[in-house]
Amino acid sequence: MPAASTVIASPPPTSSAPDPQRPLIAPAPARKRDTTSLWRLRTYLYPYGARYLIMAVASVVGIGFSLLIPLLTQQVIDGPISRSDQRGLLVLGVFAVGVGIAEAVVLFLRRWIVSRANNGSERLIRTDLYTKLQSLPMSFHGRWQSGQLLSRMMTDLSIIRRFLGFGMIFLVVNVLQITVVLVLLLNLYWPLGLVVLASIVPVAWLCLTNEKKLTRLSRKIQDEQGDVASSVEEGIHGLRVIKSFGRFAHLYQGFAARTGVLYETSMDRVRVLSRFITFLEVIPTCTMILVLGFGAMATANGQLTLGTLVAFIQLLLSLIWPVAALGFLLAMTQEAMTAADRIAEVLDTENVLVDGHGEIDQPRGHLRFEGVGFRFGDADTDTLHGIDLDIAPGETLAVVGGTGSGKTTLTALVPRLVDVTAGRITLDGVDIRDLRLRHLRTLVATAFEDPTLFSMSARENLTLGRADATDAEIEEAIEVAQAHFVHDLPWGLDTRIGEQGMSLSGGQRQRLALARAVLVRPRVLVLDDTLSALDIHTEALVEEALKRVLHDVTGIVVAHRASTVMLADRVAVLSGGTVVATGTHTELLRTSREYRELMSAEFDLEAESDELRDHGPGGADRRARAEVAR
Amino acid sequence: MSAPVQQDPRGAARTGRASRSEPRDAVDVEAWRGVRAEGAEDIDQTGSVFLRHRSWALLRDLVRPHHRALWILLVVVVLANGARLAPPYLVQQGIDVGIPALVDDDAVGPLVTTMALMLGAVLVQAAGNMAFIRGSGRVGQQVLLEIRRRTYRHFQKLDVAFHDRYTSGRAVSRLTSDVDAIAEMVQSGFSGLTTAVLTMVGVGVLMLTLDWQLGLVCLASFPVLMLLVRWFSRRTAVTYRSVREASAAVIVQIVETMTGIRAVQAYRREDRNNDIFARLADRYREANVTAFRLVAIFMPGVKLVGNITIGVVLLYGGWRVLHGEMTVGVLTAFLLYLRLFFEPMQEISQFYNTFQSATSALEKLSGVLEEKPKVAPPQRPTPLPKASGHIRFDRVEFGYVADRPVLPGLDLDIPAGQTVALVGTTGAGKTTIAKLMARFYDPTSGTVSLDGVPLPELSDDELRRAVVMVTQENFMFDGTVADNIRFGRPDATDEEVRAAAQAVGADTFIDTFPDGYDTDVAKRGGRLSAGQRQLIAFARAFLADPAVLILDEATSSLDIPSERLVQQALQTILASRTAVIIAHRLSTVEIADRVLVLEHGQVLEDGSPAELTSTQGGRYAALHEAWIESLA
Repeated sequence: MPAASTVIASPPPTSSAPDPQRPLIAPAPARKRDTTSLWRLRTYLYPYGARYLIMAVASVVGIGFSLLIPLLTQQVIDGPISRSDQRGLLVLGVFAVGVGIAEAVVLFLRRWIVSRANNGSERLIRTDLYTKLQSLPMSFHGRWQSGQLLSRMMTDLSIIRRFLGFGMIFLVVNVLQITVVLVLLLNLYWPLGLVVLASIVPVAWLCLTNEKKLTRLSRKIQDEQGDVASSVEEGIHGLRVIKSFGRFAHLYQGFAARTGVLYETSMDRVRVLSRFITFLEVIPTCTMILVLGFGAMATANGQLTLGTLVAFIQLLLSLIWPVAALGFLLAMTQEAMTAADRIAEVLDTENVLVDGHGEIDQPRGHLRFEGVGFRFGDADTDTLHGIDLDIAPGETLAVVGGTGSGKTTLTALVPRLVDVTAGRITLDGVDIRDLRLRHLRTLVATAFEDPTLFSMSARENLTLGRADATDAEIEEAIEVAQAHFVHDLPWGLDTRIGEQGMSLSGGQRQRLALARAVLVRPRVLVLDDTLSALDIHTEALVEEALKRVLHDVTGIVVAHRASTVMLADRVAVLSGGTVVATGTHTELLRTSREYRELMSAEFDLEAESDELRDHGPGGADRRARAEVAR
Repeated sequence: MSAPVQQDPRGAARTGRASRSEPRDAVDVEAWRGVRAEGAEDIDQTGSVFLRHRSWALLRDLVRPHHRALWILLVVVVLANGARLAPPYLVQQGIDVGIPALVDDDAVGPLVTTMALMLGAVLVQAAGNMAFIRGSGRVGQQVLLEIRRRTYRHFQKLDVAFHDRYTSGRAVSRLTSDVDAIAEMVQSGFSGLTTAVLTMVGVGVLMLTLDWQLGLVCLASFPVLMLLVRWFSRRTAVTYRSVREASAAVIVQIVETMTGIRAVQAYRREDRNNDIFARLADRYREANVTAFRLVAIFMPGVKLVGNITIGVVLLYGGWRVLHGEMTVGVLTAFLLYLRLFFEPMQEISQFYNTFQSATSALEKLSGVLEEKPKVAPPQRPTPLPKASGHIRFDRVEFGYVADRPVLPGLDLDIPAGQTVALVGTTGAGKTTIAKLMARFYDPTSGTVSLDGVPLPELSDDELRRAVVMVTQENFMFDGTVADNIRFGRPDATDEEVRAAAQAVGADTFIDTFPDGYDTDVAKRGGRLSAGQRQLIAFARAFLADPAVLILDEATSSLDIPSERLVQQALQTILASRTAVIIAHRLSTVEIADRVLVLEHGQVLEDGSPAELTSTQGGRYAALHEAWIESLA
């Protein structure tokens, strides 16, 4: 045995990924409130601080301008018009036009400036979430459906964006505007001011309760739309099965029921909305009737000027939006708080897969399992236990076992897609948990049974694990995997494949996945039943080429078929979560009943035992052939 | 089956050239994605006029049952809006008539009358508005419900060839995002827009009646507004499209990364993904910023026009009042009307996008609804109450693409009760034969018949009861394991479901689940192995108890012990019925009564497994030999 490989400490990370040290969100305070998560997102506002400040200032200034116009009306009516002062009218009129223009300009500035800040903050959170999610281990992704994560990254973030650019500021500004206008109205003529104040209460109450109802209904509608959507997906994806069994009526029942529920909820929403919108228009008009009546009398009595009355009505109407929006803004804030919670939940997730620091200087690929066990987080029993295996550099081990025996889990342990929960795995004598993940994963490459192809070019898919592969190397990998069909795609290697591109057959996908793994040039190559979808001829060709590749690297081959087992030097039989036998194919055929059961499709318990007893000619003949085949 | 690589020559010529002229190593957002055939989004593109016509026809058809309701709604909305426009006019009356009456004659009458009229108007407005929002909401929701159900039914009716071409992704998005786009229009804008338009027209007319000179001055702002709206709608059409595209790209990247996280991590793809995602997120941000800024110009633009108009009304109106040509009340009414006039503009601009995506959704939906199923059930079906399972192919020709026949004229007779295995190379036509038998397609010429009745003459119910096909595509429906087995025969009892599971050997693993047959496959789905799903699919087919059972590669994802289990079960399951088996593994083929070796859609060898194995130089014999060797 050569000297143990040296382990060197890895240099500090130089990846282009965001600095992991940068805090994503502000730390959580000791006491948690509803607003906590939202408040913690403030770190994402800092890069655009100046813009958010301008937005706030512009909003306040904008209100000021908008209030000036009714007051100017008052001045015009009570001043120049009643005094027949043409010059005064001109001055005030031009001033009103000026104020009007200024209000529009301020509005423009606010929206223009905040658009970048707003979308910028959103983008920062989004990329941080993405980076975080990519770094979280398989155990996390096993718990979360991609749809849930997607809705956090799209729906929740857009809720936050709307809150940051709109809700946040207007919640403050509207309260401010309502207060200022009320003070103004009370100042202009306090009895009428009180009437307005009294009418605001029902409007505010109405808005609050109705917005709550509407938000609840909207959420319910969203959920029900989701239910309808999953019925749709079921109906479309399962279409061939449905047709094959003629079960359309059966499926349609479910779909019709769900759309019916959605219809009812939508109608509930329509009803709430019809009341809400109507009262929102009616109450201010009723107030206006009262104001007009009392105002007219007050004007007749000389307690109120005509101009003040007109200004009063105008100001009253200018209150409608801020008050009505209050309910909507509070609902929006509520939603933003929930969304922020959901985002913080992801960003706060602790990565249980701790990165190591070591690197193997000259890796040879000596892989050892020492008392390895594994249990899923939520399970009561071990999926794998007590596994001891020693795979020498260059050796290939086949792993066979029945459905659910834990083969795939076993292969996932090697590149640390999941971590052992007992024992340890060493590579060249180093516990793989002490190695830098990136380093470990350059040493170990896996071709998965269900190959994931991404919606990108065939080339990009092939070079997933080695972006700098040369054309010659790519060609070599394609040769090994018999994946020449990629050249026949419409644009050759540049053709987009995957969901959003060309669809490929199962066998084609597996061959690409194999080529991808080979291209990494790992020290340990793991093939998780990679050849299952190939036809016999292609399989034979691939195996022939794989033999050459596996000659130089350590291999773990999960196999169902005898032909695949032939790639290996040694076979381990996995049963009930542990290794029950190891040996060469021939040895195991002789000694392990379990193996024979797995391997010989013809196995007939009675006949086989008879044969073993008698050493009958058929059995001998077959074994002899087996030797020849080796 | 033919290799699922399709090529769109048009797209190839267009996009291909563009991509090749670019240097390959320029890794921009598009280069890594690779080139893709531009799938023609709409199936039938006979020109945009036709599309629009098609959508209108659909809309008319959908609205037809609601004609009466719509007429009533029209009356109601006009009334409600008339009432809505009354208050400013009545304010004018109050100021110009009510106050002088109080001052001069101490008469409260005119003021009280005005107030009473206002109250009346408010009541009419409230009642009308409420009725209109509810009524139009109901019609809208009912139309929506009909669209949903009709499209769903239609997709289920369309033949498999259509779905092969159309792809499931597009079908799903027709039924989800497109319908939702229409739903959003129905929900958010429909009644609001009607009110907005009616208000604008009404206000215009009223202002002209109140004081035509000042009215004209106000209406002068209208063309400016229209220009602004036109500019905005044109620009947003482009911008929102790029927002949607950018957001779709972001979504695809997220979904693919998360669903493929195993490959991402195993192949250290994280950094490159981060780069790509940063770029996509940037593009999305920029598209959004552009969209936001269009609004940032449009909204203040409307405000500007509105404010200037108000200023001008103050100036010119004040001047006219000053010269006694107009009253203060009229001036006030104008100021109030202008508010009503400009407010809906924001609504219209917001509605425009919803409207646009809804119409384009409607066009796509009408395109789908226009497709006629190529494999249609018969008008007057020939009854076949109890099929025995005698299948005949009579000079059957078939091809997926014209000029490339897969079956150039197949004659085949499978007597009832026989188990036939189909063997042959890829593309030999095995799966095609199976699909023709299940009537997923109809032959281009010749007939496939069951018990002497051509398949197109059988009702769908009877055909499906008689012929069931199990493929590798072992789709699991929402629900429990038992539900999924019961899919084979919805009225089966629990005992029958269990018996079916036992017959195919699925009970062993089902019993290991804590919830047994009540295990939810969706929650468990990730952990149901391919083999387990396959066994459930088998149990399903067994429960259906068809006269003809077709197994297309149905055992290939099973491991050998499970496969053996299934084979044992098959011996009994197949005994009483006609069966057609397609399998890679000869172990499965060996249980057949008869083997057909196919190539290029023609039968090369036909006989029992034993006969064929002993045929010197035969293809089947060679395959058999290879298989024996592989087992050793």
